[in-house]
Amino acid sequence: MGMIGLYILIIFTAIAIFAPLIASSRGLDPTLVNGPILAGPSLHYPLGTDDLGRSILTMTIWGSRISLLVGFMATIITMVIGSLIGIVAGYRGTWMDAALMRVTDWFLVIPWLALAIVLASILGPSLITIIVVIGVTSWPSTARVVRAQVLTLKERPYVERARALGASDWHLITRHILPNVFPVIFANTILVVAIAILSETTLSFLGLGDPLRASWGSILEAAYDAGATSLGAWWWLVAPGLAIVLVVLAFTMCGYALDDILNPRIRER
Amino acid sequence: MSDVDVQPSERQPGSDQVPVLEVRDLEVNFAGRLGLLSGLIGRKSRDARAVDGVDLTLRRGEVLALAGESGCGKTTTARAIMGLIQPDAGQILFEGKRLGRDLRSYRRRVQMVFQDPTGSLNPRQTIYEIVAEGLRIHNVSTGEPGHTEEELVSRALSRAGMRPPERFFLLYPHELSGGQRQRVVIAGALALDPEVIVADEPVSNLDASVRGEILRLLLQLRDTLQISILIVTHDLGLAWTVADRVAVMYLGRIVEIGPAEQVLTRPMHPYTRALLDVVPEAGGVDRPVLAGEPPDPTNIPPGCRFHPRCPALASGESARAAVDGACRTEDLGLDELRPQHFAACHLASVVASEGDRAPATTDRA
Amino acid sequence: MSVLSARDLHVTYRTQGGDVPAVRGVDLEIERGQVLGLAGESGCGKSTIAAALLRLLPRGTRVTGQIVLDGEDVLKMQGRRLRAVRWTGASIVFQGAMHALNPVRRIGDQIAEALTIHAVAREREARVRVGQLLEQVGLPPRRIDDYPHELSGGQKQRVMIAMALACSPSLVIADEPTTALDVMVQAQVLSVLKELQRDLGLAMLFITHDLSVLVEVSDKLAVMYAGKIVEDGPTNDVFFDPKHPYTKALAAAFPQIGDARFRGHPSGLGGDPPDPQQIPSGCPFHPRCDFAFDACPTLVPDLYPAGENGRRAACLLVEGALAASGGVRR
Repeated sequence: MGMIGLYILIIFTAIAIFAPLIASSRGLDPTLVNGPILAGPSLHYPLGTDDLGRSILTMTIWGSRISLLVGFMATIITMVIGSLIGIVAGYRGTWMDAALMRVTDWFLVIPWLALAIVLASILGPSLITIIVVIGVTSWPSTARVVRAQVLTLKERPYVERARALGASDWHLITRHILPNVFPVIFANTILVVAIAILSETTLSFLGLGDPLRASWGSILEAAYDAGATSLGAWWWLVAPGLAIVLVVLAFTMCGYALDDILNPRIRER
Repeated sequence: MSDVDVQPSERQPGSDQVPVLEVRDLEVNFAGRLGLLSGLIGRKSRDARAVDGVDLTLRRGEVLALAGESGCGKTTTARAIMGLIQPDAGQILFEGKRLGRDLRSYRRRVQMVFQDPTGSLNPRQTIYEIVAEGLRIHNVSTGEPGHTEEELVSRALSRAGMRPPERFFLLYPHELSGGQRQRVVIAGALALDPEVIVADEPVSNLDASVRGEILRLLLQLRDTLQISILIVTHDLGLAWTVADRVAVMYLGRIVEIGPAEQVLTRPMHPYTRALLDVVPEAGGVDRPVLAGEPPDPTNIPPGCRFHPRCPALASGESARAAVDGACRTEDLGLDELRPQHFAACHLASVVASEGDRAPATTDRA
Repeated sequence: MSVLSARDLHVTYRTQGGDVPAVRGVDLEIERGQVLGLAGESGCGKSTIAAALLRLLPRGTRVTGQIVLDGEDVLKMQGRRLRAVRWTGASIVFQGAMHALNPVRRIGDQIAEALTIHAVAREREARVRVGQLLEQVGLPPRRIDDYPHELSGGQKQRVMIAMALACSPSLVIADEPTTALDVMVQAQVLSVLKELQRDLGLAMLFITHDLSVLVEVSDKLAVMYAGKIVEDGPTNDVFFDPKHPYTKALAAAFPQIGDARFRGHPSGLGGDPPDPQQIPSGCPFHPRCDFAFDACPTLVPDLYPAGENGRRAACLLVEGALAASGGVRR
């Protein structure tokens, strides 16, 4: 199952990297295209066209670049910040835990859209802004989950045994805590990737991203905006929607596979 | 508190030397926690005095059993000795020297074996990694022939009865039986050539049938490697089979300590007698069982801390010896009532001072 | 007539890794007012028997043989009748009392639930009955409105016992009821159980790995190994004069304080319990047995008569066993 997920991810990544070779970027510019408007799938436009006559296939291929990039980068930022804060808070405990958790709560309750708008207006609209904004706003849930796991792991007898053996904090964290929070972090990653890909939509829509670049989210947004459902233009939604679902699913499969590899108890069966 | 076992005695093997491990007046408090509601209505939190002035010596090559109900502080004492919790007062001396802040060398020489062998092994590590962990932490392996990590791990495993050791190297804990897991924990401790092993209920999570094997292994280690063993247990039957001396704890203090034969067959403290009464025995259908719940360390009674549950006080035995007042009001420490045999009991003191003819009531049948 | 009788009971779990025969042909018989102790190491199938008696096994588990409870075959029961049997016919006290109670409901309501579900009593009567039950297990009836967290471990186990007694079942199954408890509390719970059993004339199946507990509470003792009973008979006879080497080893694991033979000589059994998927040939105990001889790896011993009072043991060393098994000592 993990291999299927991996293949899907590899295919999507390949599409994203080789997008210029597969489809001309000219197909994205409304002023340069001359296809039929809102045409259903045909031989020339396998996935149909949008209300400006652009090929949905071309847009979806190019959209994978933005969506995957934002998804990956924002997730990495989230994971690093979230795991670090979660582990430090859970492991150190006492005032450190209290302080870090208050900060986390603050980030959790603050309306992330408002924070995103403020950040974007300071940093200026760009792809990097979107990545940073998503990364900086979505780590708190990761931090909480990781902290909770660390709190239970810390009390495990094998951690105590290692401490009695004379292990340093660094040893305890790297040998005993981290390997056992990995599954939690990975499970969380899947959620964050999905959220990041979707958040990118919202932010692009608000004009905080690069409006000229097509992402899966912005295709969906445009379709929704143009009333694709009431016009019966289902093809407009299907391709980007399916792409998002597939990528998220692929991540899930990879997450499970990774846990299989890391957990000897499951590996054996 | 009186000083326990400071005078050497020639009858005790190895007691003429400095004890390998010594605990003086150890105290551990746990801060009381309150729910939000009781905090709001202004109830004050009470600290729990888990360990309240414990003196203990472990002689070289000796097996000392520390017994008592749950909540009596025996595990807390063991954990404080291991440096896993910070004591609030008292000293721990290893080979006559006070422990400083740096516990590294101490932790190499004093090893712990835990109650739950399954939990004490990281499920994601192989047996080899688990046993080698201590060696790596302390950089023990020199890499010279005879001292390579692999040889040290092999030796530790076979000393712990896992033979041939190579067969177990790449297995994971879940592939072993409960008894084997405890042997791995012991091997992990043995890898560092310790002088002392502190074993916290080492067999109580194991099947009754395999307990004996693990205990036999511990005794073997004492006999062949001269390792001193402090074994924390609730099972006096276990103490009878393995211990040279037995210390009985109640509510954070040692109430009786002495040679195992003495403490277990001629107990002086009523609490020790009560504990002995509940050791399951054939035909023991109507044996007396102490009523009430395990004692609460947040609420230590005045006087002798056992007096609210004491059968001797309830039966009027203390009153006949005219110590019932003292039982309720006067706190007391351990006294050497028989040679090497100490107890903290007003009644036992009176009985002992009447001569060592030890009335039938203090004897266990 | 006996309260419970099981005949040739086989239980096989079906797992991805293949079939696991947990119980391989067990006969049990419990009379009214009698306590049968079932002893053995973890994995010997003793808890599986408890679950099989109440049909609490996972779906797909293969159970064959006969379980007759109060004259009715449990294995043939369907739906409503089966639910009635759980609790009114037979009830169970588990090891993990701490987790078996719902933390957000009052204990009185939880005990009453057993009564109202089985329509033994209406709500008001139920409350009166719950008060009586609490008193029986040695808890003051005023604790009826307490929540589980207000009780200690021993008190929770008493509540579990009260629940088990609620519908006056003909059989109470106690599966390691005292294992997780402290020494003193264990003794208290045991004496409550013993007293109730005597007063109410309960039939009881007491399951534990701790032979010393069974010596105190049970009338008859059955020792299990690798899914089969290897020895049974009156408790004291079996404990003090074991015929099967396995029982000998189990009994020797409990020292008598004051008996000098035990000093410095912890006694136990070498080796590990067998994997139910790879049960050794012949007598399953032979790889761990100090007395095994050449016939043991090949001949499967039955339960042979081994002394007075209906004692039986599944060991080829029992007098007449070799002849009965048709084997010839080579």
